Amino acid sequence: MKSLVLQTTTRLFEPLFLVFSLFLLLRGHHEPGGGFVGGLVAASAFVLRALAFDVASARRQLRIDPQRLIGIGLAVALASAFVSVGEGLPFMTGVWSGNVGTPLVFDAGVYVTVVGVVLTIVFGMAEET
Amino acid sequence: MTLLPALPIVIPLATAAMCLATAASRRVQRRLALAGSSAQLVASIALLATVRSEGIQVLEVGSWAPPFGISLVADLLSASMTVITAIIGLATVVYSLQSMDANRERFGYYAILQVLLMGVSGSFLTGDAFNLFVWFEVMLMSSFVLLALGGEQEQLEGALTYVTINLFSSALFLSGAALLYGAVGTLNLADAAERLRGGNVPVYIEGALAMLFLTCFGIKAAIFPLFFWLPGSYHTPPIAVTAVFAGLLTKVGVYALVRFFTLVFPGHGVDVHGILVWLAGFTMVTGVLGAAAQSDVRRILSFHIVSQIGYMVMGLALATPLALAGTVFYLIHHILVKTNLFFVSGIVARMQGGYELSRVGGFASKPVVAGLFLIPALSLAGIPPLSGFFAKLALVKAGIEIESYGIVAAALGTSLLTLYSMTKIWNEAFWKAVPDGIAAPRSAGGIGLMLLPSIVLASLTVAIGLGAGWLFALSIDASSQLLDPRAYVDAVLGSRR
Repeated sequence: MKSLVLQTTTRLFEPLFLVFSLFLLLRGHHEPGGGFVGGLVAASAFVLRALAFDVASARRQLRIDPQRLIGIGLAVALASAFVSVGEGLPFMTGVWSGNVGTPLVFDAGVYVTVVGVVLTIVFGMAEET
Repeated sequence: MTLLPALPIVIPLATAAMCLATAASRRVQRRLALAGSSAQLVASIALLATVRSEGIQVLEVGSWAPPFGISLVADLLSASMTVITAIIGLATVVYSLQSMDANRERFGYYAILQVLLMGVSGSFLTGDAFNLFVWFEVMLMSSFVLLALGGEQEQLEGALTYVTINLFSSALFLSGAALLYGAVGTLNLADAAERLRGGNVPVYIEGALAMLFLTCFGIKAAIFPLFFWLPGSYHTPPIAVTAVFAGLLTKVGVYALVRFFTLVFPGHGVDVHGILVWLAGFTMVTGVLGAAAQSDVRRILSFHIVSQIGYMVMGLALATPLALAGTVFYLIHHILVKTNLFFVSGIVARMQGGYELSRVGGFASKPVVAGLFLIPALSLAGIPPLSGFFAKLALVKAGIEIESYGIVAAALGTSLLTLYSMTKIWNEAFWKAVPDGIAAPRSAGGIGLMLLPSIVLASLTVAIGLGAGWLFALSIDASSQLLDPRAYVDAVLGSRR
């Protein structure tokens, strides 16, 4: 079922979803928001594409295998936890430089992981039928 | 401490992340898994050495002070368990190189195995009740995927039983954690122990808490009467997966029982240990009787896991220094032996094509395989001078010392029946001539990487038997740490009070 209305709206809204997801990620620093919900919104942009067009086109747009995103996100989050060890502080302690600190990097890792997990599941299920 | 106690958790996570991130070929994933598991072993040994020389190590994760943040605590028991976990992890990775099929490898087998190892190590190291729940979930999810990976019908049936009963256990754990928080206002184990000792918690609340934790850890550890899920699911996945499950998963349940019923509920208010003695006895006997009725090697061995858990619980129930040392010794010995027995049964199946005893035979002509089976089998039954003898000796001696003759009789009887079971496998697979219509065992050529970990584990079993003094000294020290929780509490809360 291809709907012209849905396809056009998707083209319009996709960038908006992605920008909004980044806004949520950054807002999570001090206020409600964060990597998890940001990742969900970003993933929904690609889910929308998969619904309006097809999974193959959503995969093309993502450019990278979602399963790899899980690993990359985990690695980024994990790396952020090591910064404090270099400074002689316990593992996972937040290290800050002004207003930006390692928790933001951790959150970015969560963001990427969530996009990867959601899209692995959704693409996998959509391709099965 | 800034990092060391976290390494046995962090290294498998990093390995899993790299396996996923590179979406690498099977070859690269295998190398990553090998490197990761080796690094985990080195880190765990370093942790044990540090704990042995400098006492209990505490890491306040994220610099959040207890009881608010999560502390990772490594005492002798925790550190020894992480070492044995890493040994089994590495052995399983090597064993999988030749026994795991390409499809499962492609679907991320090595990454999920690493996540499982992370969950196991995390459970051993955490000093926080809720964090322990999270590690249990990590283990449950990864083990569920490992059980179901491949999607054969039998596997899915086993996996469903497994996940249902374990989710029930998780629900109990969560209720227990909530009730604990409601009663004492903390989830930090050391802090909770301290407040329960204060005596401001009514005894019926403490009793309810103890029973909730006993039931949920009892399911995880597969003690009587909550063990039925284990023989119902362990024989379904590939043998390498069964081996790592058999070695590690139920033992996390035993560890949690030991930790909770020495630290948090040492038996001031409610007499848990009186119940545990009965449970231990029934677990031993029902497990071994169940095994006698089976004819699939994997099922026989699965029932023996249950039976052996009884011995570990027996040590906890008697709660004397010698008995608890026996439990620690038994845990370490059993993990090595049990994993190895599954490894060997996988080798037998690979060389002749089955786990059903009526369809194998003639292995007496294969002295290496026969020897590899004989060492862990006799050790399991408790024949000197192998590791199992000393484990049982300590427990039986402890039982006689405090005149609990009933449980001692159960332990000795179970030992005999275990020997009977092992003899049965021996007679059928090794002594018996090759059955009609079945091909003779193939040569062991081309499965060297399945033999290698089995040989290493068998050597460790022998080494523990011959050098039992060293491991026993370690077990005694671990047990005196467990029986005097002050040191644990001081290490965690220390300067905060």
